[in-house]
Amino acid sequence: MGKTEKGKSSFFQKNSQLLVPLIALMLLVIFNLIRDPGFFSIELVNDNAGNPVLQGNLISILNGASELAILAMGMTLVTAASGGQDISVGCLAAIAGSVFIKVLKSGPITPWLVLGGVAACCLVAMCFGAFNGTLVSVFRVQPMIATLILFTCGRSIAYWINGGATPTVESDIVKAIGGFIPGFPIPAPILIVVLMGIFFALLFRFTTLSMYLQAVGINNNAARLNGINAVGVKLLAFVLLGLCCAVSGVIATGRLQLVNHETLLINIEMDAILAVAIGGNSLGGGKFKMIGSVIGAYIIQALTVTLYAMKVSSTDVKAYKAVVIILLVVLGSPVVKRWFGSMRNKLAVAGSRKEAA
Amino acid sequence: MKKLVILVLAIALMLVASFAIADGIKVGIINNPPSESGYRAANVLDFETVFSAENGYEVLTYYSLRNDEQLSAARQFINDGVDYLLISAAETTGWDAVLQDAQEAGVTVFLFDRMIDCDPSLYAAAVVSDMAVEGETAVNWLLAQNLEVYNVVHIQGAMGSDAQLGRTGALEAQFEAGTMNKVVQQTATWDEAEAKRIVESVINSGADFNVIYAENDGMARGAVAALDEAGITHGVNGKVIVMGFDCNKWALREVLAGNWNYDGQCSPFQAQVIHEMIQTLENGGEIEGLNEKKQIISVERGFDASEITEDDIATYGLGD
Amino acid sequence: MDNGTVLTMRGISISFPGVKALNRVNFTLREGEIHALMGENGAGKSTLIKVLTGVYAKDEGTIEIAGIPGHITIHSPQEAQRLGISTVYQEITLCPNLTVAENMYIGRGKGMGVPWKKMYREAGALLDSLGIPARPRQLLKTCSLAVQQMVAIARAVDTQCKVLILDEPTSSLDDREVEMLFGLMRDLKARGVGIIFVTHFLDQVYAVSDRITVLRNGELVGEFETAMLPKVELVSKMMGKELEGLADVAPKRDAEEEQAKVYYQAEGLSSTESKPFDFRIREGEVNGFTGLLGSGRSECVRTIFAADRVTGGRVTVEDKPVTINKPIKAMRNGIGYLPEDRKRDGIVADLSVRENIILALQVMKGFFHPFSRKKAEAFADEYIKTLDIKTASTDTPIGSLSGGNQQKVILARWLLTHPRYLILDEPTRGIDIGTKTEIQRLILKLSQETGMSITFISSEIEEMLRTCSRLIVMRDRNIVGELTGDELTQDHVMYTIAGGGN
Repeated sequence: MGKTEKGKSSFFQKNSQLLVPLIALMLLVIFNLIRDPGFFSIELVNDNAGNPVLQGNLISILNGASELAILAMGMTLVTAASGGQDISVGCLAAIAGSVFIKVLKSGPITPWLVLGGVAACCLVAMCFGAFNGTLVSVFRVQPMIATLILFTCGRSIAYWINGGATPTVESDIVKAIGGFIPGFPIPAPILIVVLMGIFFALLFRFTTLSMYLQAVGINNNAARLNGINAVGVKLLAFVLLGLCCAVSGVIATGRLQLVNHETLLINIEMDAILAVAIGGNSLGGGKFKMIGSVIGAYIIQALTVTLYAMKVSSTDVKAYKAVVIILLVVLGSPVVKRWFGSMRNKLAVAGSRKEAA
Repeated sequence: MKKLVILVLAIALMLVASFAIADGIKVGIINNPPSESGYRAANVLDFETVFSAENGYEVLTYYSLRNDEQLSAARQFINDGVDYLLISAAETTGWDAVLQDAQEAGVTVFLFDRMIDCDPSLYAAAVVSDMAVEGETAVNWLLAQNLEVYNVVHIQGAMGSDAQLGRTGALEAQFEAGTMNKVVQQTATWDEAEAKRIVESVINSGADFNVIYAENDGMARGAVAALDEAGITHGVNGKVIVMGFDCNKWALREVLAGNWNYDGQCSPFQAQVIHEMIQTLENGGEIEGLNEKKQIISVERGFDASEITEDDIATYGLGD
Repeated sequence: MDNGTVLTMRGISISFPGVKALNRVNFTLREGEIHALMGENGAGKSTLIKVLTGVYAKDEGTIEIAGIPGHITIHSPQEAQRLGISTVYQEITLCPNLTVAENMYIGRGKGMGVPWKKMYREAGALLDSLGIPARPRQLLKTCSLAVQQMVAIARAVDTQCKVLILDEPTSSLDDREVEMLFGLMRDLKARGVGIIFVTHFLDQVYAVSDRITVLRNGELVGEFETAMLPKVELVSKMMGKELEGLADVAPKRDAEEEQAKVYYQAEGLSSTESKPFDFRIREGEVNGFTGLLGSGRSECVRTIFAADRVTGGRVTVEDKPVTINKPIKAMRNGIGYLPEDRKRDGIVADLSVRENIILALQVMKGFFHPFSRKKAEAFADEYIKTLDIKTASTDTPIGSLSGGNQQKVILARWLLTHPRYLILDEPTRGIDIGTKTEIQRLILKLSQETGMSITFISSEIEEMLRTCSRLIVMRDRNIVGELTGDELTQDHVMYTIAGGGN
């Protein structure tokens, strides 16, 4: 008993920043279960191609949040290192998606061509990421201002790439990327999120990236004086975010085998930033927990799916989301945390006094 | 600065054009940029094809989403001495003075695609779509299917846009009359992925529906993706009737394949009509068949899976 | 109040949490006097100024100003201005895009309207009478820094100014410009303005001031007539060492190590922050840079480590020419650097003690070779034990440790890299006496037992005398002397700092 107690408390001490997001997620789940006990039920059905697929609100949440979760991962890195946010991620994803389609349209769609398309759009997006990163790290432009450039012109660039508004492709491989791999009932985007998670876990395990990002974000001077290439670290964060944009762009394109430069992942930059904040990460940079941002992404998606299920008009969804998000961000803010901390101490003191009495 | 660039460009264009052909009919075309949408891309292409040197035209073009830039371009074109001014305005207001100038300078104005709030005497004719008619055509087609019950999932475009208002109107009338049931009515603001999420949530809620009425092709595609993943059949012989608008080529191919049932046209092809009117005027004739707002409503069709042909796709399809 | 006195401050005390910033300080300023306020950093100069300008509220004491009956309390800078106390700060706080006259008058009118004509006329007259070479309609940014500074002064003295405070006004001026400024100060003095002059340039104090008030650790050391106080005595008063008592035993370090191999040598090394200088250190040698704060001693060691951008010079390590233009290169050449400003340059506050300890070694090991958690724990535990670092666990964020323990963590960070040459800039500042001696002992032990070369900088001269076998003395950003052997006494150091002679 004592042992488990200790284990619990140390988990929450180490991961105190996850407390608010986890509780929020739990409340959402409970709310939905009360509203509709079958809300999270999952069915195995056959899709129109005859493959077994899982279906239900839970799948919708996990599947629908994929792009956001991946972008939130990258956004976490940029936030940690630069203390600012990249607002061009949606546009960059649109560019990446357009490059992907452009390559696919260059010939008969074979697995190799798809692979080439993915590689090309990763490369392009990472170059754009490096462009943003250079502005931020070398020229010390505020991240939001630096990325405002691409935010403004990104979707025009996406248009130029294909020269038409909504180019489409017909390909089962592309369809599988955004939908289901035939015979495997879990949506492919969920698998891609897991892969990206593993990628970052390995990156953190086998490089010093996490430590460098945090050191640079917390104290740029000290990091530099300990030999860390602070400029390079920030640049790397933006390049990795570029990679995340490319992957999200490919997923989003794969979902409908179509890229609409105006609407692809539109407004997702704000959700990605919010996911980072909801995950308990400081938007001022420094220490971070990527898993927090991912949870944040799922909270946002769960909220959207819940509101749709309640038949809230999609124009109103944004307003409801805003209310909940403000609440979460305020609850997770240092001011409120300190207040809770002092309350807890007071209660503890009062409790011990009572015991003493 | 920008205006200077425009000026220089316009003069350069003019010089090039005037050397190229000696005495063509001089036309200034003001439109929104092709990147605005697939519709616009087709629209711009249509005008560039019809108003060409081969057809005896000397053409100046200016594309912008901004009204003020369009206005100054129009002034420039009038100064350059165009014979005809063809305008698809970014905004409906603010054009009176320029059109007045055009009239005084003896320039004949045609409006296309979009109306302008001004006195009809200021332009010769306006070639436009009637979105409400598009909606009615679609709803009439739907009624003609004689379903026992109409449970409609209605996915709307950006609220307040002409296309949304027109295409929603006819369907809304049916909801009010009780001939059709509104299962869900949500806006996806032209976003394909959002449309998919909306339909997904309807499927997850277990609600029964047999019609998807999406106000453009992209959103219809999103809806169909959700149906496919849930294993719900659609199209000809399917459980759910799928309806879209705009007639992108890829959408018409879906209709031809029977995956969708209906696609409503929103014609971007106004150039030919205007070309004919200009020829009439040049030959001393009179333009006929205008309504009280001097409009010519583009003929717009709806394509049914049972009737569509490859030729239709080639003729009416947008994009590639 | 005496005749001729414009300002009297008596028994001024002020406390901040945990510190007594000023303790019963007196200060008197007379009409037509330039009065230098001297003291090392943290002596209380700026606190006293801030009490006078209404930024801080004093806890105790009285302030009197000529012409105003009774004791006064100054609540805000605006109120200080009304009472005739004007201040010109080191950083010019004017608007470069406005004209000279606008800068002189803006924000002073009562209503919204500006009588432009009158303003330019009066500004012209004032500039002329003060001999300031600027035209009223000239944009401020087209003036030299010195003239901008003078315009700031003109703005300050414009209204019935009795007391003018100049806070480090010369730090960004060259010699000629300083002379111009002094001319203006003498002018104002002749008009009866009392000037409080805060600076750390000794020569300037002697060039222009009439009296000197010395503060140390928030206490008044005394008020002296400049002509009667030799420079070396001023230095000793600022440092708090009586000349007679200074010659205490400097521990003779074993042998003059001139035979030992030179580990690091620099010729004409300079950075964006430091003038070119020569420097060398032998294996096992402990040497130090000394001089008053702001003399350029920290800048020199920062240049060695390439903490600032290196702009020139030749460097050899173990007689091999090397290029050290970023910290990682210095580290790879066996150099470690414990920075002066722990908070700004040393600690990574939110990271754990463990991560802070392994940081430098980890960086040297490379991006693709992170230490395992186990290895990192082992390193951290080892140095927590060796240096007796008081921390709840290796996971505790370093920011929550006391200053002394933070410093030990940074020290551990560098010791872990096993440097051949370690630079310690003020390692003992702001930490308790016990830890101080521990660090000194460690320095001697490292140099003697492992042959580590160490450069040590401290504001406390005894510390340096106790540990260093060679002292490089700096004044006004130049090396002015090098002391070894018998010369290593406080007297010698102070004479050298004060500019030799006497």
